[in-house]
Amino acid sequence: MTIHSIEIAGIRKKFGEQTVLDGIHLNVAKGSVLALLGPNGAGKTTLIHILSTLFPPDEGNARIEGHDVVTARDEVRRLISLTGQFAAVDEVLTGYENLIMMCRLSGLSAAQARAQTAELLKRFDLEGAAHKRVKAYSGGMRRRLDLAVSLVVRRPVLFLDEPTTGLDTVSRRTLWDMILQLKQQGMTILLTTQYLEEAELLADEIAVLNGGHIVASGTAAALKARVGSEVIELRSSSDEVIRTIPTDGSVQHVRHTLNEIAALYPADSTITLRKPSMDDVFVALTAPQQSKEASLA
Amino acid sequence: MNQAQPVPKPASLAVTNAVFIGRSIRHSLRNVESLMMAIMLPVMLMLLFTYVFGGAIDPGGDYVNYVVPGIILLCAGFGSSSTAVDVATDMTNGIIDRFRTMPIRSLSIVTGHVAASLVRNLLATAIVIGVAWLVGFRPNASLAEWLGALGLIVLFILAFTWLFAAIGLVTGSPSAASGYGFMLLFLPYLSSAFVPTSSMPSWLQGFANHQPITPVIETIRGLLTGTPIGDYGWQAIGWSAAILVLALAWSAFSFRRRGGRR
Repeated sequence: MTIHSIEIAGIRKKFGEQTVLDGIHLNVAKGSVLALLGPNGAGKTTLIHILSTLFPPDEGNARIEGHDVVTARDEVRRLISLTGQFAAVDEVLTGYENLIMMCRLSGLSAAQARAQTAELLKRFDLEGAAHKRVKAYSGGMRRRLDLAVSLVVRRPVLFLDEPTTGLDTVSRRTLWDMILQLKQQGMTILLTTQYLEEAELLADEIAVLNGGHIVASGTAAALKARVGSEVIELRSSSDEVIRTIPTDGSVQHVRHTLNEIAALYPADSTITLRKPSMDDVFVALTAPQQSKEASLA
Repeated sequence: MNQAQPVPKPASLAVTNAVFIGRSIRHSLRNVESLMMAIMLPVMLMLLFTYVFGGAIDPGGDYVNYVVPGIILLCAGFGSSSTAVDVATDMTNGIIDRFRTMPIRSLSIVTGHVAASLVRNLLATAIVIGVAWLVGFRPNASLAEWLGALGLIVLFILAFTWLFAAIGLVTGSPSAASGYGFMLLFLPYLSSAFVPTSSMPSWLQGFANHQPITPVIETIRGLLTGTPIGDYGWQAIGWSAAILVLALAWSAFSFRRRGGRR
């Protein structure tokens, strides 16, 4: 019995001279959500493509529910659903036609396809636009259709590549709710994102990918603990953040820090003591070496 | 809902092909510019060659009977060339990744475009013959000869459409696909489609007599209007079948090789 839906061991991938993934090890527990967080070009999409059987890794291996993504490609394809970075729906067809097409390709009969399509249109709030061509859809509607298409049949593992990139706040929240519902139904979800807020809200665990390596992984709380338990935030009189300094929050350390910086900044600067945010973690973990030392000092 | 349903068996090859053929036909019907072109081109070419060039080429007025097979192939060439663009467009869109990660034979997406091209081109062929009839085309073919000509036209369309599909797969962008595909469209002009090859300079005759379009034209012309076919029949089938087999293999190979790269 597998407790991990996704097991990744030592994956390396080069494109030409450029090493994109340089030894990735990662497991995703069955029924959990893992957010792969990283800047543009970190290799998030490459990893998703390897896991979803689009191309093999140069080295290492990965298993989905125990099946190798290279040697047991056909089995893996029955277990996964990929929602790519750009809404992977047919623009020329209507939303209804897209869903019917995917239902039929997934092995549903014509009658089952119609029933499932009606249900999904309703669930994803697309009934009104069902017979409009996707070309006329807004970004949020496209993404909802994209997600609906991924769910035409129940597959235990879902890959979502930057599901909310480019969406407005309202659409993003709607999509988050929908992803959380899927999580409650027990799907294993691996999603990539550049947004810390999104990772923190949706994921049980977060893995930070940078420069081809997983530089940190764990729960949001555990990652934040790596930066320090508190952060001193120094603001100018115009309320701009001038500097953030990690601290353990003890009277001694805070006083020591304030003594050190008091002379460096205008007297009307203000300070706040707050819990570290995912942004602090992200900056600390993905910044180039020198500034990493600086921000962790 | 979703939980209660077990994962169904993957779609069969027949269903997969049917779904993709339906998709491509919808695409064809909704691309209004292309559709207009597919319908208007045969009409315009037929009228152009009969009334504008025809009098100069053959003052006797019998040119329409000569030129019909040429116009059919010229339109089929144009019609199938859009397959290169259709295929290249699909390959650069995110949807191809979704299809490739499903437990289906994803090459069927190309099969769908080819089938739609066949339907479009047979429609164009019917229009050519219809317009030709109106301007004086009087074939003397028996039913068997009509069926033979139709069979050869279908084989030719399939061969060239798969060739254009392969071009769409290897070029990687719709505009490049359109550019490379365009070069093939000159072949009919350098054949016996519009004038007998004997009227060409001798260096060109060598090419015109030994390229695939000439035997196909001569065979269709022979079947429809009773001109001698000779060895052209086997050459026409041989050329078309060879192009079809090579283009299929080339398409299948490049589709697999592209993998998930975009």
